[in-house]
Amino acid sequence: MDKKEYDKIVKKHMPKETRGKNLLVAFLVGGLLGSLGEGLMCFYMKILDISRSDASVYMIVTLVFFASLFTALGFFDQWVKKAKCGLIIPITGFAHSMTSAAIDYKKEGPIYGIGSNIFKLAGSVILYGVVSAWFFGMIRYIIEVI
Amino acid sequence: MSYLILSFLFCGTVCAIAQIILDHTKLTPGHITSIFVAVGAFLDAFGIYDYFIMKCGGGALVPITSFGHSLIHGALAKAESMGFMGLLMGMFDLTASGITAAIIFSFIFTLIFKAKD
Repeated sequence: MDKKEYDKIVKKHMPKETRGKNLLVAFLVGGLLGSLGEGLMCFYMKILDISRSDASVYMIVTLVFFASLFTALGFFDQWVKKAKCGLIIPITGFAHSMTSAAIDYKKEGPIYGIGSNIFKLAGSVILYGVVSAWFFGMIRYIIEVI
Repeated sequence: MSYLILSFLFCGTVCAIAQIILDHTKLTPGHITSIFVAVGAFLDAFGIYDYFIMKCGGGALVPITSFGHSLIHGALAKAESMGFMGLLMGMFDLTASGITAAIIFSFIFTLIFKAKD
């Protein structure tokens, strides 16, 4: 079998990429999640009679709670497979990555399993978030001082 | 009502951009979330992200870019009163709730539930 034939077979068995559909689904799911966040904020502002910035904390905690719960129950993975970036980019993706990593390594024990793997995927977000925030904060601070 | 629509558009657009990057490059979701956090921090350093939050409300707080935004926002707020060291002290001021909630919830649910194959 020469290389051309091989390439043909590989191409036949590659999953068909439906980029347009992926894009639309990500946009719709992400958008729905965004308006859900806004809706939750309005809900908490009305029910608890708190300011907008306080309501945003409640909203984020609610989203994180349900993302963790659904991941632990096992069906959030299926949703992520379908909606891809629509669920990965919102804060739900952060909670999902932590819970799924922790649950996957649970059998290796509480320290070397859960403890050292819980930040396996979320750690990079925190690391690069802190480094970039510190770097840009320095620039901004120096500009203001001068 | 306009907040809801703008939230939909903003959050959807951010996710759509991420999806385009995911489909057209070899970057993994881990790369993309890290890049988006850095972009959020960059946008907030020049006050652009605050404008999005003012206009779009909750929709701008849901994507991971707002994580970078709140990191730098807390750091700069503390830097105003504490000087240079405030950048280090205030870093987690605003994001603490999200990170702590994620840690606690995922730990509790990990203890309760088993992995599904």
